[in-house]
Amino acid sequence: MKLLREAYYIVLGFLQMLGACGIFLLKLLRFTPQALGRPGLIFQQVFNVGAMSLVLIMVSGLFVGMVLGLQGFNTLNKFAATSALGTVVALSLLRELGPVVTALLFAGRAGTALTSEIGLMRATEQLAGMEMMAVDPIRRVVMPRFLAGVISMPLLVGIFNAVGVLGGYLVGVKLMHVDIASFWSQIHADVDLHEDFRSGVIKSVVFGVACTLIAVFEGFYAQPTAEGVSRATTRTVVNSALAVLALDYLLTAFMF
Amino acid sequence: MKQTRTIEIVTGFFIILGFAALYVIATSATNIKSYGEAGYAVTASFTNIGGLKTRAPVTLAGVEVGRVTKIALDPKTFNAVVTIQMNGHFNQIPDDSTASILTSGLLGEQYVGLSPGGSDSYLKSGSVVQYTQSALVLENLIGQFLSNAGKSSSQGGK
Repeated sequence: MKLLREAYYIVLGFLQMLGACGIFLLKLLRFTPQALGRPGLIFQQVFNVGAMSLVLIMVSGLFVGMVLGLQGFNTLNKFAATSALGTVVALSLLRELGPVVTALLFAGRAGTALTSEIGLMRATEQLAGMEMMAVDPIRRVVMPRFLAGVISMPLLVGIFNAVGVLGGYLVGVKLMHVDIASFWSQIHADVDLHEDFRSGVIKSVVFGVACTLIAVFEGFYAQPTAEGVSRATTRTVVNSALAVLALDYLLTAFMF
Repeated sequence: MKQTRTIEIVTGFFIILGFAALYVIATSATNIKSYGEAGYAVTASFTNIGGLKTRAPVTLAGVEVGRVTKIALDPKTFNAVVTIQMNGHFNQIPDDSTASILTSGLLGEQYVGLSPGGSDSYLKSGSVVQYTQSALVLENLIGQFLSNAGKSSSQGGK
């Protein structure tokens, strides 16, 4: 009986959070035109959110691509099909690993920064101060960060994919001596511009919205204490990861 | 002031790099070239297409000249009607060319091979390829072989 009640409250809490997130998203969307009127604020946040994640994304992309090259080579070698290595690397990156891994890294690198920054503004009553000056903190603080995240994510995914394919190329062609012509010609033949590339970009935009929304939401509604901010930061990472993986399944089921 | 300038430069660099990466991936790691030319569509009907799929390449002398865009079933003749989007560059292919379904590659993907005829008029949008050769189905081949073998042995017995 007690177990049942706990499950009931967990479900209820989940629904409440989902609803609150949705309402927050609507609030944000209402301010989009005004926020776009001040691109300076957005670009400053693109620096914080996107440009600062650049090195992390590039290094991770390189290693993911290199691992794909190695693993793919070892498996394909059993079937004497190493000429398909390029396809394996490019398709796994463009369709799955690029968007998902970038979103997970983004949640850890940029999402936590957003949450703790906004949460600390809440804790130190800067947000309340803005309201006193008749400045809406959602418009001035949250909205530029949200838009910056949504802009940055597809760009980061693009960089991740490009560096990843390069990593696969380095391991496959330079290290394992797969034929360079078959590596690229297989990619050109099998990776479809619409089906594979475009759906990867759609995924990255959706993940960008989800990760950034969760980060700013958790920060904005964090309990204004040191512990509250730290909990909100943890929840950002956990919820972003769950949201990305669940959304990934849904999007994959819809698009492919 | 100097710091905001650095920030702006790095941000600009990041945005350019992001778009450049997307562009490079789209142009050099996908089949974008086969979408380039508008081209023209022709159809060909086969009694059996085997495992032909849409997006399969169409080649002439091994050079890719188009792609299969649609596969339908003719409700009257029960033939498979294959729509081929030809690349616009190749607009001088004789209209009495033969289309056959062939097999390539490790996984046995099937493609359409064109062999040119001798006609003076060319395939154009909406043309129908008259001469076609269906896919070879292994089971049918074995069946034919067995029945032939049976015939010749019974003839030998007479």
